[in-house]
Amino acid sequence: MLQVSIYRYNPESDSEPSMQDFQVDTGGKDLMVLDVLELIKGQDTTVAYRRSCREGVCGSDGLNMNGVNGLACITALSETVKDNKLIIRPLPGLPVVRDLVVDMSMFYAQYEKVQPYLLNNSPAPAIERLQSPEEREKLDGLYECILCACCSTACPSFWWNPDRFIGPSGLLQAYRFLADSRDTATDERLARLDDPFSVFRCHGIQNCVNVCPKGLNPTRAIGHIRNMLLSKAT
Amino acid sequence: MAAIRTISFDGVIVGGGGAGMRAALQLAQSGYKTAVISKVFPTRSHTVSAQGGITCAIASDDPNDDWRWHMYDTVKGSDYIGDQDAIEYMCSVGPEAVYELEHMGLPFSRTEEGRIYQRPFGGQSKNFGEGGQAARTCAAADRTGHALLHTLYQGNMKNNTVFFNEWYATDIVKNQDGAVVGVIAICMETGETVYVKSKATVFATGGAGRIYASTTNAHINTGDGIGMALRAGFPVQDIEMWQFHPTGIAGAGVLVTEGCRGEGGYLINKDGERFMERYAPNAKDLAGRDVVARSMVLEILDGRGCGPEGDHVFLKLDHLGEEVLESRLPGICELSRTFAHADPVKEPVPVVPTCHYMMGGIPTNVHGQALTRDASGNESVIPGLYACGEVACVSVHGANRLGGNSLLDLVVFGRASGLYIENALREGIELRDASDTDIDAAMSRLDKLNNSAGGEKVADLRKELQNTMQNHFGVFRNGEFMQEGIKKLADLRDRIEGASLEDKSMAYNTARIEALELHNLFEVAEATAITAEERKESRGAHAREDFTERDDENWLCHSMYFPGDKRVEKRAVNFEPKTVDTFQPKARTY
Repeated sequence: MLQVSIYRYNPESDSEPSMQDFQVDTGGKDLMVLDVLELIKGQDTTVAYRRSCREGVCGSDGLNMNGVNGLACITALSETVKDNKLIIRPLPGLPVVRDLVVDMSMFYAQYEKVQPYLLNNSPAPAIERLQSPEEREKLDGLYECILCACCSTACPSFWWNPDRFIGPSGLLQAYRFLADSRDTATDERLARLDDPFSVFRCHGIQNCVNVCPKGLNPTRAIGHIRNMLLSKAT
Repeated sequence: MAAIRTISFDGVIVGGGGAGMRAALQLAQSGYKTAVISKVFPTRSHTVSAQGGITCAIASDDPNDDWRWHMYDTVKGSDYIGDQDAIEYMCSVGPEAVYELEHMGLPFSRTEEGRIYQRPFGGQSKNFGEGGQAARTCAAADRTGHALLHTLYQGNMKNNTVFFNEWYATDIVKNQDGAVVGVIAICMETGETVYVKSKATVFATGGAGRIYASTTNAHINTGDGIGMALRAGFPVQDIEMWQFHPTGIAGAGVLVTEGCRGEGGYLINKDGERFMERYAPNAKDLAGRDVVARSMVLEILDGRGCGPEGDHVFLKLDHLGEEVLESRLPGICELSRTFAHADPVKEPVPVVPTCHYMMGGIPTNVHGQALTRDASGNESVIPGLYACGEVACVSVHGANRLGGNSLLDLVVFGRASGLYIENALREGIELRDASDTDIDAAMSRLDKLNNSAGGEKVADLRKELQNTMQNHFGVFRNGEFMQEGIKKLADLRDRIEGASLEDKSMAYNTARIEALELHNLFEVAEATAITAEERKESRGAHAREDFTERDDENWLCHSMYFPGDKRVEKRAVNFEPKTVDTFQPKARTY
């Protein structure tokens, strides 16, 4: 029997959060953590968590498992369980709505701040805007972000300044549009980021790189933005 | 007495996937007060899981490509019960809709000429089936749905669409004239229930693949729109038509795109034989999905399945080489390693036909207006109600959808619904207000659940429902066995309606949502079962062991299921495209 300890908090009935233990029969299989949560939900329907695609592409079930952020649906027990024990907590640093569900508004607000949409004021052609495979390749490793917040909620700079530091996820998306050959708003985009907090609070700790379930590298993208800001300044 | 808060909009879209967000974008751009109600943050919608691409004749791969060829393929793929006026509209408007997405920023893969990359998909041909395999599916690697959904969310953000994220619509509010004037919805975070009033209510709630035990669909695909429509007394069309995708990862159900076979992968049995050569000598692994799925099941039943239980076949990809796999199919490599513990670069992927797509749905015209029919057979538009995307049956997929056509469907008809509603609002929509009694009626199911005591566990009942559907209404069906299934479902209805809700708390109560979703799953399942038993032929995805042939004399038609007395009627298929000659039904071979 797997020992699972889950963070519980219901704002209606609990004055403070607590950990609740469950015993789960995995049938000896190397289940995903989400499968374990579903089994627990079968025992106790009051446990709240988010889930949707169950294959690591929708970004709903970002959680902290044995101290590491990741997606429950693609984290196998064999990757995370130590001494037959699994501790599941909500993503750190964001307000808890209930149990494992966090309030992501601050995270989304930072995403919105970078204007994550193509800006191009020239009239669109009758067909697609052309882009070479080489230009398109620059978007690889950027556009795949699923907004799960595993990275930003693993980032000490984001914990300190969630209102002013854009955070790794938002900055990855900022660079995704800076790097797009079809986008013509580079100067405006950089101007919006040019302050001591938005970008420069990144201290290169690289927690974001370590936890990204899609294998993306926000630190590298942030480095590119820094360089663009610095070369613009000189 | 209804004592809940009312919020009012010109247009309300229920569902934040591709169809809903495309409709919302159209309305938001027009300046009308528009809201999207989505039970998940929009980018968590199931459109995100679409992989291979969006099929459309943009003439990038082949400069001579023609939307009429795409139309021909789609009509043939539908086994001739797709409506030809709707298919004509989708295929001809498609390029415009795809270019719009590109202009919005969708990061399509590219050709050397800088155009959108297109790959071959199943059922595609040039020159009306005479010119060999076409490559018509526009792709962003194998993450096209993700790229499309995020682009649409971003576009809506740019246009200031109002989103009610993590709000769950429970039921339709009808006024005294039977017109739809909005929905009841729960704010999941606080538990507050609200009447969302609207002049136009668009259902874009997606599919219901979770009625089956083995499905590529997300947990959230619970047929909420179908459930709400049926409870409101509205019919559904062709609901017996369920697509089983040939390549779901065995055991996990996770989708492996048809694009794998488009890029040159193929299926093998335990003897290593490329068995599709026997079943579809021309198209082979790129025959229609129904054809490939059935061939796989036959291989397995004939004892040529792979693995210790002989219960799946293999998808061979290693011969494509690491470079092609990592550049064209990176997501598949990831999924296969995670869920099949197989590295496609080195070894084949275990796959099995898996429930994937609901071809049927709420019948609509090409403007997304929902349709019904009175007792004497007169067809009419349901005032105030629209549907687009998987929940709708317009019908472009008929009895079998072609790969890459779902993304096109949701973009084209999401857009078309938005365009139509925009015009209608400009001309003025007058619907009488819902009375307190009308609102109470729409609240009754939720009230009953909130005041319930006892009952069986939602998770257990859901499992029983899914197993019943899996066993009795799968890839191959037969009358006797389906009747047994229908009996089991009849027994399940009361138990599901009385399912337990022990936790009555307000804040983010997912148990309440799951109980409500289970009601919807049941409505879809029952409609599927009854209609499947009624259609006494084999056509497209509906394959019967007791009626093995297509019967054009009796069944070249849509089915229409009416919830009240659970009767099935026939509805004529449209064979009158506006600008091309009718494609006449003929034997469907690949």
